Amino acid sequence: MILPPYAELLGLTVEPGERAPVLVMPFGDGVLGRPGFLHGGAIGGLLEMAAVGALWQALGSDQTQVKPINLTVDYMRGGRDKPTRARGAVTRLGTRVANVEAIAWQDEPDRPIAAARMNYLIVR
Amino acid sequence: MRQPAPSAFDPLRFFELRYASHGTRLGIGYRTHGPDWAELELPYREDMIGDPASGVLASGPILALMDMATAVSVWLRAGAFVPQATLDLRIDYLRPATPGRTVVGRGECYRLTRSIAFVRGQAHDGDPDDPIAHVAGTFMATERYR
Repeated sequence: MILPPYAELLGLTVEPGERAPVLVMPFGDGVLGRPGFLHGGAIGGLLEMAAVGALWQALGSDQTQVKPINLTVDYMRGGRDKPTRARGAVTRLGTRVANVEAIAWQDEPDRPIAAARMNYLIVR
Repeated sequence: MRQPAPSAFDPLRFFELRYASHGTRLGIGYRTHGPDWAELELPYREDMIGDPASGVLASGPILALMDMATAVSVWLRAGAFVPQATLDLRIDYLRPATPGRTVVGRGECYRLTRSIAFVRGQAHDGDPDDPIAHVAGTFMATERYR
């Protein structure tokens, strides 16, 4: 997975996965919101990159252009001073549109700090 | 139409007192505000590109801009800085931002209860009548808004 400049700004690294890659975002001033907690925008950006990673893996190519149509994020817990992981899952892969979900967690994947749903337009 | 009274919360002073954070890292700045709305700006920068082939900004920084613009609109409506957390945020990406252009995000708090703030907003890159994104969301006060 080739990461764009914005992913570098977030400090993201990629852990390959069987169905989808796991993206890891370190804690730091650059992703800080209120003191001691991650910024909602940085969590949303991480979830979007995880969704795109899952979509590219499902498409079998990170050269296919995908355009975000929309994104809905639920914030469940504050993001603390530790690494955050996120993984996407493609729930439907159509010819033109994909439905993708993603979760972000810090300790356990079943204790997410945020979850998102999004639609992507696939430019073939 | 009755005009709401000006807010006791001063966003300009809030931005002057800001510490190093995601907002400063992205270069998000203050533009203007009203009693229950705020306009912030996100100048174009190459390290926020999401698609290197076209130079189009990633969607994440626009989400962060709208999260902040709507958060500030809540403090304006509440009349004070109140600690809060984003509960949910929905964004529609209407079209890609034009590379090189500053993105302007306007957030509005259209209802405030003791614990929940309801917000909406739009982003554009020069022409407010040709928006690039639309958001709707809710915030929750860590204690209470009033």
